[in-house]
Amino acid sequence: MTRTSQWLYGWLLLLPAAVLLALFTHYPVVATFWHSFLSTPKGSRPAVWVGLDNYRQLAEDPIFWQAFVNNFWFALGTIPASIALALLMAVWVNGNLAGRGFLRLAYFTPTVLPMIAVANIWLFFYTPEYGLLEQVLAAFGAGSHNWLGSKSTALACLMVVTVWKEAGFFMIFYLAALQAMSPHLAEAAAIEGASRWHFFRRITFPLLMPTTLFVLVNAVINAFRLVDHVVVMTRGGPDNATALLLYYIYAIGFRFWDSAYAAALTMVLLALLAAAALAQFWFLERKVHYQ
Amino acid sequence: MTHVYASRGVPRTLETIGAWVLGVLWLLPLLYAAWTAFHPAEFSTRFVLTAPLTLENFEKAWAAAPFARYFLNTMALVTTILAAQLVLVTLAAYAFARFEFPGRDILFALVLVQLMVMPDVLIVENYATMTALGLKDTILAIGLPYMASAFGIFLLRQTFKTVPRELDEAARIEGCGPLAVLWKVYVPLARPVYVAYALVSVSYHWNNFLWPLIITNSVESRPLTVGLQVFSSGDQGIDWSIITAATLLTAAPLLLAFLLFQRQFVQSFMRAGIR
Amino acid sequence: MFQKTIRRVFAFAVATLALTVLPPAAQAQAPVEVSFYFPVAVGGPITKFIDGFAADFEKENPGIKIKPIYSGTYQDTITKALTAVKGGEPPVTSILLSTDMYTLIDEDAIVPFDDLIKTPDDQAWLKSFYPAFMENSQTGGKTWGIPFQRSTIVLYYNKEAFKEAGLDPNRPPATWKEQVEYAQKLTKRDASGKVTQWGLQIPSSGFPYWLFQALAIQNGINLMNATGTETYYDKPEVIAALQYWVDLVKKDKVHPEGIVEWGTTPKDFFEKKMAMMWTTTGNLTNVRTNAKFDFGVAMLPAGKQRGSPTGGGNFYLFKKSTPAQREAAFKFVKWITAPQRAAQWGIDTGYVAVRADAWDTPIMKQYVAGFPAAAVARDQLPFAKAELSTHDNQRVTQALNDGLQAALTGTKTPEQAMKDAQREAERLLRPYKK
Repeated sequence: MTRTSQWLYGWLLLLPAAVLLALFTHYPVVATFWHSFLSTPKGSRPAVWVGLDNYRQLAEDPIFWQAFVNNFWFALGTIPASIALALLMAVWVNGNLAGRGFLRLAYFTPTVLPMIAVANIWLFFYTPEYGLLEQVLAAFGAGSHNWLGSKSTALACLMVVTVWKEAGFFMIFYLAALQAMSPHLAEAAAIEGASRWHFFRRITFPLLMPTTLFVLVNAVINAFRLVDHVVVMTRGGPDNATALLLYYIYAIGFRFWDSAYAAALTMVLLALLAAAALAQFWFLERKVHYQ
Repeated sequence: MTHVYASRGVPRTLETIGAWVLGVLWLLPLLYAAWTAFHPAEFSTRFVLTAPLTLENFEKAWAAAPFARYFLNTMALVTTILAAQLVLVTLAAYAFARFEFPGRDILFALVLVQLMVMPDVLIVENYATMTALGLKDTILAIGLPYMASAFGIFLLRQTFKTVPRELDEAARIEGCGPLAVLWKVYVPLARPVYVAYALVSVSYHWNNFLWPLIITNSVESRPLTVGLQVFSSGDQGIDWSIITAATLLTAAPLLLAFLLFQRQFVQSFMRAGIR
Repeated sequence: MFQKTIRRVFAFAVATLALTVLPPAAQAQAPVEVSFYFPVAVGGPITKFIDGFAADFEKENPGIKIKPIYSGTYQDTITKALTAVKGGEPPVTSILLSTDMYTLIDEDAIVPFDDLIKTPDDQAWLKSFYPAFMENSQTGGKTWGIPFQRSTIVLYYNKEAFKEAGLDPNRPPATWKEQVEYAQKLTKRDASGKVTQWGLQIPSSGFPYWLFQALAIQNGINLMNATGTETYYDKPEVIAALQYWVDLVKKDKVHPEGIVEWGTTPKDFFEKKMAMMWTTTGNLTNVRTNAKFDFGVAMLPAGKQRGSPTGGGNFYLFKKSTPAQREAAFKFVKWITAPQRAAQWGIDTGYVAVRADAWDTPIMKQYVAGFPAAAVARDQLPFAKAELSTHDNQRVTQALNDGLQAALTGTKTPEQAMKDAQREAERLLRPYKK
């Protein structure tokens, strides 16, 4: 193929995807950046340049900081837990335990249910006095607690829901990777006298690193992207204890219609995602072992 | 498949019990939904085993909101997105994998940006763009930001790169142009990846909520997730019997599909080599 | 072959997409279409009622097509309405919170009804609404909203629980002091000290400001000025009102801890998890249907005075509509607020029928005779004050909501919470003080 026709074909094939990506990913990022330096147009008043005002407001906004911290704890609480559980589930389903098919189904079911649908069910689980959790705890003699209505427990409750939803999805990736592992490795290790735990830690886990990286990327993105349960279960309360960044952006942008401030907030979120991406690829690039 | 390190005896029993407890715990919400949806409202918080069964919750739920229309919208949405993604992603991946042109690597890096920066976080700007395009409140508007999927491009590029060049050249010798080679050689060989990707895409978009919530306003374009949330919004007093009936109705198709195809699901992920 | 599958996917996509797109396009010459968003904030088959209204109106007015669009909570509905306005395709009318009036005016979204009110009949119709409801519907000498689903907060109480506690089931608490005393008698604890029945429950999720406003009014002060440019969150009487609520939880221990969910409060009542609850009169029919015990309804107890904010939604008229649409919408609004219909709506839900002559209709008189609880909210109207409503209403209200939740969860003292809320409100309202 001639060079010119290579160029031509390359660009033309790429064009439709490139246009959409530019329009809905790259342009919005640039536009958000630009709008974060303007004020919000209201009714007849147009937007004007305000420099760093929106960012100043952001720095002084206690609710923003709360959302920031909440998201940090949320990520910390859900990412390791869901990945660890996913790995555990995959190992269990891959083994020869009784009822593997049922287990695989049970672990994966949360993934196919829309979060919106299950959030209401979880709302019942957490209802004080007669919710499911309360009934179980009462059977053990424990006292009642307002799980979603207390600042100390509300976010943790949402974290549980998230881990429950995500672990099964990540399990599938680990399962595929485990099944693709050659059985010879286990045989060789057994001959060498390696213990089960040793085999897992020294051979299986490192070989699963590409999967872990992949799953980690997904988990991080989801920790910032999934706010459906906040919308349904707590609406950011009590007193912003469950406000996550994207939820706050949604509230500012679509309930209060302060688009300039929402743009500034979005920039912070984008910066966080970019930092997370860089950190992951840099840090794990050194540890990933490709076959 | 007997594993060399499979546990035996007591450890195995303990593991089995542990796995089963976790499994039941994981299914608990669904079990509760099933319980509540099939029993009258008085039993939504009381678990009396002899309670009467009823279908009236489903009737009430179906009548309370236009779920049929929501179903149609969601089906149209996920299939349109998938169809568009298949096309766009295939073409782009082919370009990246097999063609040399200036700026290719930079462009690929730009594509990868979307892996981290999903349209979901750019709701404010995308909303303005949709308004400017005059596409607000349409199913197309829900799907458009997702159709050029970086994840898909990334996956397929990887897969296309592993196709042996000899097959490519053989087809060329037979007189096929580049597009014909793509269709005849690359696409069939990437089948497991397509299947895995399709499964991920469908379940993602079936369950997507925030962006559709913002961009749709009317029954004609609302997908199931938005319809369900509007239906069960808390102010009117939460009646779990009807809400869980509606939940089961909306989750049933995906659940059934997974029940029937779980083996293929897992296998396609395996063969896709996503690790 | 795999290619066949791909082709099938495409065919399916096109087919389903066509099904969703074609039918509306096939609609040719349509009559005047009046679309409106409506929220549901109370239990019951409200959507059915609204659809029924639309159908009945269309029967009597064949040239007009009414399209009700259910859009969730009040907050969801104002979001959707403003989204539609900013997108250039607003509905013709909508039922939105009476308190959203200033926001809608600021966004240049609505027009006043005055231009449509021309005949003496129309003017008489406008005057027939209760003044308490018109307080949040008029400003600057113009009428921006027409009351439709309006309410006040009332006290529901479990008569059987009263009897068990040795209280007279026909004598609900009439003062703040009595409310606490009754609640203490009604709070039941089991052997381990765990509460099995709370005395009183005032919901605090979502929009605690509304319930709190009742306490403030009962303590002699309202939360804002008449033009929506000032708030009084940090006045001593307001802080004292919040202290009363916090004391119910912390000191008197008759009220559940933490943030209490609005949506599950009626259900909690049915489950006998508390003996008295504060919630909207709009839940009356819901409670009547679902409470399996004898219950009573009372005006809220007096602090320095009786009081409650009004609540609920008005009809608004959107700017971007044709004259024909506005006339049609106006006709619909007049039709739906006619005495007979207002009465029926009040009976079906528990909302206060918005005009005095609705209460004089035979069906309403009969209903009240058989169920006196239905008239409590109306009897409370003389003590009702305008609901919290300012410019940038959602945000100014949210500042108060956050403060209230902070105080109720013990994160801040009532004084600190209200001072912070007032500071935030003043910052937000500064551009509107001209």
